[in-house]
Parts: sequence; structure tokens; C-alpha cells
Amino acid sequence: MELFSIFLNPGFWFSLIRSSTPLIFAGMAALIASRSGITNMAIEGSMTLGALAAVVASWYFQNAWLGLLAAVLVGITIALFLAYFKLKMMADEILVAIALNLFATGASIFILFLLTGDKSNSSALNSLVLPTVSFAFLNNIPFIGQVINGQNILVYVAFISTFILNYFLFKTPMGLRIRSVGGNEHAAESVGVYVHKTKYIGLAISGMFAGLGGAFMSLGYMSLFTRGMVAGRGFIAIAAANVGGRSPIPTMFSAMLFGFFDNLGNNLQQFKVINEFVFMIPYIATIIMFAFSSYRRMTEKKRLNKKILASQKAE
Amino acid sequence: MSNNVVLEMKNITKIYPNGVIANKDANLSVRESEIHALLGENGAGKTTLMKILFGIEHYTSGEILLNGKPIKVTSPLEAIDLGIGMVHQHFMLDERLTVTENIILGMEPKKGLSLDYKKATEMVKEVSEKYNFKVDPNKLVMDLSVGKKQKVEILKALIRGAKILILDEPTAVLTPQETSELFEQLETLKKQGHSIVFISHKLNEVKEICDRATVMRLGVYQGTYNIEDVTVKDLSRLMIGRDVVRSIEKKTQNLGDVVLKVDNLKVINDEGKIVVNDVNFAVRQGQILGIAGVEGNGQRELIDCITGLETTFVGKVSLHGLEDKQEFSVKNLRLNGMNHIPEDRLVYGVSSEASIQDNIISNRYDQADLNKGIFQDRKAITTLSNELIKQYQVKTDSKDTLVRMLSGGNMQKVVAAREMSTDMKILIADQPTRGIDVGTAAFIHDKIVELRDKGVAVLLVSADINEVMDVSDSLIVMYEGKIAAYFDSIKDLSQETLGEYMLGIKKMSEEEIRGATV
Repeated sequence: MELFSIFLNPGFWFSLIRSSTPLIFAGMAALIASRSGITNMAIEGSMTLGALAAVVASWYFQNAWLGLLAAVLVGITIALFLAYFKLKMMADEILVAIALNLFATGASIFILFLLTGDKSNSSALNSLVLPTVSFAFLNNIPFIGQVINGQNILVYVAFISTFILNYFLFKTPMGLRIRSVGGNEHAAESVGVYVHKTKYIGLAISGMFAGLGGAFMSLGYMSLFTRGMVAGRGFIAIAAANVGGRSPIPTMFSAMLFGFFDNLGNNLQQFKVINEFVFMIPYIATIIMFAFSSYRRMTEKKRLNKKILASQKAE
Repeated sequence: MSNNVVLEMKNITKIYPNGVIANKDANLSVRESEIHALLGENGAGKTTLMKILFGIEHYTSGEILLNGKPIKVTSPLEAIDLGIGMVHQHFMLDERLTVTENIILGMEPKKGLSLDYKKATEMVKEVSEKYNFKVDPNKLVMDLSVGKKQKVEILKALIRGAKILILDEPTAVLTPQETSELFEQLETLKKQGHSIVFISHKLNEVKEICDRATVMRLGVYQGTYNIEDVTVKDLSRLMIGRDVVRSIEKKTQNLGDVVLKVDNLKVINDEGKIVVNDVNFAVRQGQILGIAGVEGNGQRELIDCITGLETTFVGKVSLHGLEDKQEFSVKNLRLNGMNHIPEDRLVYGVSSEASIQDNIISNRYDQADLNKGIFQDRKAITTLSNELIKQYQVKTDSKDTLVRMLSGGNMQKVVAAREMSTDMKILIADQPTRGIDVGTAAFIHDKIVELRDKGVAVLLVSADINEVMDVSDSLIVMYEGKIAAYFDSIKDLSQETLGEYMLGIKKMSEEEIRGATV
């Protein structure tokens, strides 16, 4: 019963929203790349380097906003690099992404060590964080006000950008072109859409979101960079985008579902559940969610058969 | 048709870097408001010539004149700007977008930052009404029939102002009704001043709808003729150098035991529609049972069940004592004497990235005579593949050529060579000659009859009326998943009667159809 008290605590939902934020950014990054026909497996690495760039720039310029900008630029650079290798050099995007991810892990620690002499975190750097935002009118709403008020500014950006991306993808000419080059590039080409240019644009947007996700990790979720802090969120986001049918709003919800398990894991620690087991939960949840949706797809036909035959017999 | 020449291609020669000559001194002259046939067998260079006109391929020498002025077309975009549109054999559509989105892609109307969907839909409606093409602008392309998809392709060209429209074998994928609908629309376009280049190898269609015809054979221009002045036989002689109108000589039937029996078969597809509904029939040794019907009336699903590709069905399929669904794996069926020429050669027929030889031995690589201990017997395999390539007249310079380098007709010969050269009890031939030239088709038909004379049971599925009527001994007609008619003998059957059953105008009683099961 004590377990249920977790869900009655607004703090649980507050941190659910907070911990879903990087997954939402990364989920948007995954879906827009996939819509333009390239799987961006390098989101993980982009977030790692983005998070580091954010801390370094925010410390160097003593301005958190420039930190955010640096993370976005790093994200875009990596995504364009991936697109270049895929489109121009005809390389396999998965292999390039694996290389980029391994590079990001090594490079981030190396740069961290050069700047601080420490290989584990950036606590030696006096970096700033992005502000939290409070809306006075929300204080009057019980529970909900406590859940959504006072979050980091990027949390609101994540949720708002979901709707902006949805509008962009489904209501603008560029959105249509991005969907078409990912759907059937020959069709797009046959009517004069510049396929490569469109894919670069799609990937740049993907990189921007990955950078935002990275910046949130080190300028909001935490206030410093630590090694391994992205912790597979870039990969989980690809799963979230798939579960969400590569559409922004469903992807936002599936990212929140993953965020829910992540958060539940953290909360279960107080019940003396072994830490390592708790941290397995979001990943096990990923596998179970995939297994379940595949199973439904596989057995759909048998169920349909039964239903139709039964209704026939009834006649 | 006016005498005003809008397009001229003069002495076009195209030599590929590997030395293959696709076109040699090809000429084409298209007038305003005419439907101009470009005739030739598969591999005659028709498509290449049109790809040159559309800017996809570049010619080695020659000249193209549009309204008397020389033009250079280096990309499809330029061709579109010049008012030339092409409808490819394989549609250039994004299945997951709507009709409107596909048509206005690249020329989207805007309202502020947004795509003006309302205006876009109106644009599509306007052009489809102008040319009398009925398509729902808001439907997803994946939900459309093949005929409708083709209309979307044509509209894509028209909305971009195409005056000259190239249609690459447009009727190959259409049902008879859709074909006649298309022909009406082409007439409308012609009356409005458009010129149409109609690539085809179906002589009857050319005779029906075209004004003039340019014939090509093996890349060489054979001449341009007024359709009124030539007969179908003349044209076929020009295309392949011999008469193809023929009927197959068959020995009298020598019926044996039942090999394949289908009882009360019922199949429900992914959308929950009953696509095969209580089908019963039997095929015997020495019998060619034809299954006629417009495509999409349950034939594919029926064949999938028989050949082990689909196992979620209700009812019973038995092959020579094999009855248990569990035993209907493809491998097991083949071991029990079922060979299968599949409908879609690129998906199920060949591995296009493998060599001709590897494709040929793929159904017998594990047989004792092709192996020595744990190694393959390369010598035996080489002998076998060279022999089959020769026997089935596959046009290639080596058995090691990748199958994707072959033309469609030659690919089909590879499939036929593999499926018809092992011992078998039954051959399932699903659209064995679709999209291939008359010469190859006749060759495959002869082989089918030869097998039947040897006592093999043959199930022949085809949407081509001539094919089922020429080759089959007995005939089933499928309509909306049910057997609409059964003919024990097709001697007295007329094309008109068969057509009426295929289109669902007529239907036999259960009593009459029962003959199929005996």
C-alpha cells in the first residue's frame, strides 16, 4: 500500500515530467530523422557531446544560454556529419553512428580531463544552469500546479516543441517534403524535390533536438557533466519514436511512459529494492513493450479469423 | 490528329558503357493530338528511348526537336518544364501520403508558413474534373487500387502542364474494366490537344486506341505506320519477325490420380475481409487446370495456401496424402513433388543479387548428384546450369551473370528453368508469362504442355484470357473469392462467355461447379 502513496505525491509526477524531458527531445530527434529516411542512432553520442559542450560554454562565457546554443550546434554538426556519410559517401548509417557514439564517449572524457584534470565529472568548472520558470496563476491549482509549475525552462520547451514539430511535419510544405523523401525518394525526385537537401534539413533538425536534450541533461536535469550521464536515453528515444508511430504527439506520450518507469525506479529505492534491479526497469519495460506490440501484430490475423468465423456461424 | 509534328527524335543511338547498344538510329515523330504506339518486345529499347526523352538516360548521338526547336534534356525536371510527362511502369508514389500530397509535392500552395491544404485539394479536384479522372483527393495512396494509382500518376504529370505524356506499358497492371476506362480518358486527353506515347507489346490494345505506331526490334527502328493501314499480324511480324498468333497443339488428355485437392478453403486477409470463400477443386495427373479471373479475386491468397506461404486458413488442402497444415512447409511441399512458378518473380521467384547458376540450383543444391561429400560438385553444377541456360534460351553471356542484370523475360526464363527441370508431381504456375514477350511466353506454354503430357498435374493461374484458354484443359473462374464457373472442357467456350463470368455478370449453380472436385 505504501507503494501507492508514491503516486499520490505530486513530487513523483513533477519528477516524471522532468525525467521525461530529455527523452522527449531525443524522441523528436529520432522521429524527424526517421521521417527523412535516415536512422539517427548517433543521438546518444550527440547528447553526450552536447551536454559537455553546454557545460563548457556556459562556464567559459558565464552564460547558460550560450551553453544551450553550443549544445545545439554540436548536435547539428554531428547529425550533418552522419547525413554526409550516408548520402555522399554511401556509408551504412548504423556503422557510422556506432563510430560516432564511441567517439563521443571517448572524446567527452578526454576533453573533460583536459579542462578539469578529472575524468568523472565537471564539478571543477563553475558552470551555470538554465533558469526554472514559475507561473503565479498555476499556484492556485492544487496538485497540478505543483506538478507543472517551477520546472526548468527546457521542460516547457520540450512539450511546446512537440506541438511545433507536429505542425511543421504535417502542415508545412517542408514537412511534406521531409515525409516524402523518407517515404519514397524516387517519387519525391520525380517531381523535382531536392532529395539530399531535404534530408540534410531533416537531419539538422534532428541534431538540434539531440543538442537540446544534451543541454537539458547538464544545464537543467543536473548542474554539471558527469561521464555516462546520458545513460542510453538516446537509444531509448529511438524505441519511443517507434512506439509512438514516428508522430510527435504519440511519441511524446511514449517518451513519458519510459520516463514513468525511469522515475518509478528511482522511487522504489526507498523500499530497499536493490539499486541495480531498479535501474533495469526502464530497459526491461522497453523490451516488454516491443515484445507486446510485436505479439499483437503477429496474432492479429488469428484473432480476426476467429472473430469473423464466429460471427459467420452466428448467422 | 493534326499533321502538326510536336516532337521529333532523330537517329537516336544509345550505347551503354559496357558496350550494349540499346538504341540504334531510332526515330520517333509524334503529332499533336495523337496516341502514338511505341511497339516492341521486351528488351527492344522502347523504355530506354523514352527515358532518353524524359532526361533519365543520355543519348550517345542523335537529335531531339520539340516544336521544331532542338532541345537538350538532361534531367526529368527539365523534361517536366518542357511539357513532357512520364508515367513509369513502377509508380513513383509515396504510399503513405494522400493523393493530394503526392500530386502537389514540390509545387505546394502556401498560406503564410503553412501548406494550404484546402487550395491543394481544390487544385487536384479541378484538374481531375477537367480530364474526368475520378479519384478521392483525401485518400491515402496505399488504399487505392492499382488503376487509381495510375490515375494519380497521370494527374501528377497533367497538373505540371504536360502536353506530351509517355505511358510505359500502362495496361500491364490493369484489369479489363480499368483498361477500358483508361482508354476513354486517353481519348479525352487526345481531344484536348495532348499527345500520348503509348509503350506496349499488346497488339490488340494498340490497334484499338492508337493512331500510329512506331515499331522497334532489338533496339533498331523498324518504321512508323498508320494503324488503319496495318493488321495485327503485320505488326507482330515487324515486332518479332514471325507470326505469333497461334494455337497450341495438344495431345489427348490422359488423366491419372488426384494430386492436389482443396476442400472448403476459406481465407481471411489482414483487413478482415473474406478473400477466399469455400473453394473446392481437385487437380489430377496429366491435367492442366486453369484458374481464370480478374486479378485480386482471391487467386493470390488461394495459391499462397496451396504453396505453404500462408498457413492461417480454414478448410483443407491435401497434396498426395499430405494433409496436416504442420507439414505444409515450403521445403516439405517441394520434397513431395510440388514446384511453383510464383506470381511475383522479383519477390519470390529469384534472388536478383545472386547469379543465374545460384538461382537455378537453389531448389536442388542439397541433392546428392550436385554434391561430393561435404563440398559442392562444381563441375556437375556448371554442366547443369549451362545446359538449362541453353535449353531455356536465357540470353546471357555467362551463368555467373547476376540475375538483376537480366530483362524481365529472361528472369522469368531462369525461374521456369529451375521450376520445370526437376521431377515433380504438380506444377503451380502463377502468372507464368506476365510482362514478358510473346516468344518467351510461347516457349513456357509449350513446356507446360510437355509436362502435362508426361503426367504432371498443372495448376495454371492467369489473368490473361488468351493464356488460360490456350493452355488449360479444364478451367475454373474465380470471382470475389468464390468459384464462379467450372468448365470441364474449354473447347466450346468463347472469350465473351468467360469474360462474363470473370466480371461477375454470370454465375454457375453449385451443382455445375461441383464438377471441379471430381
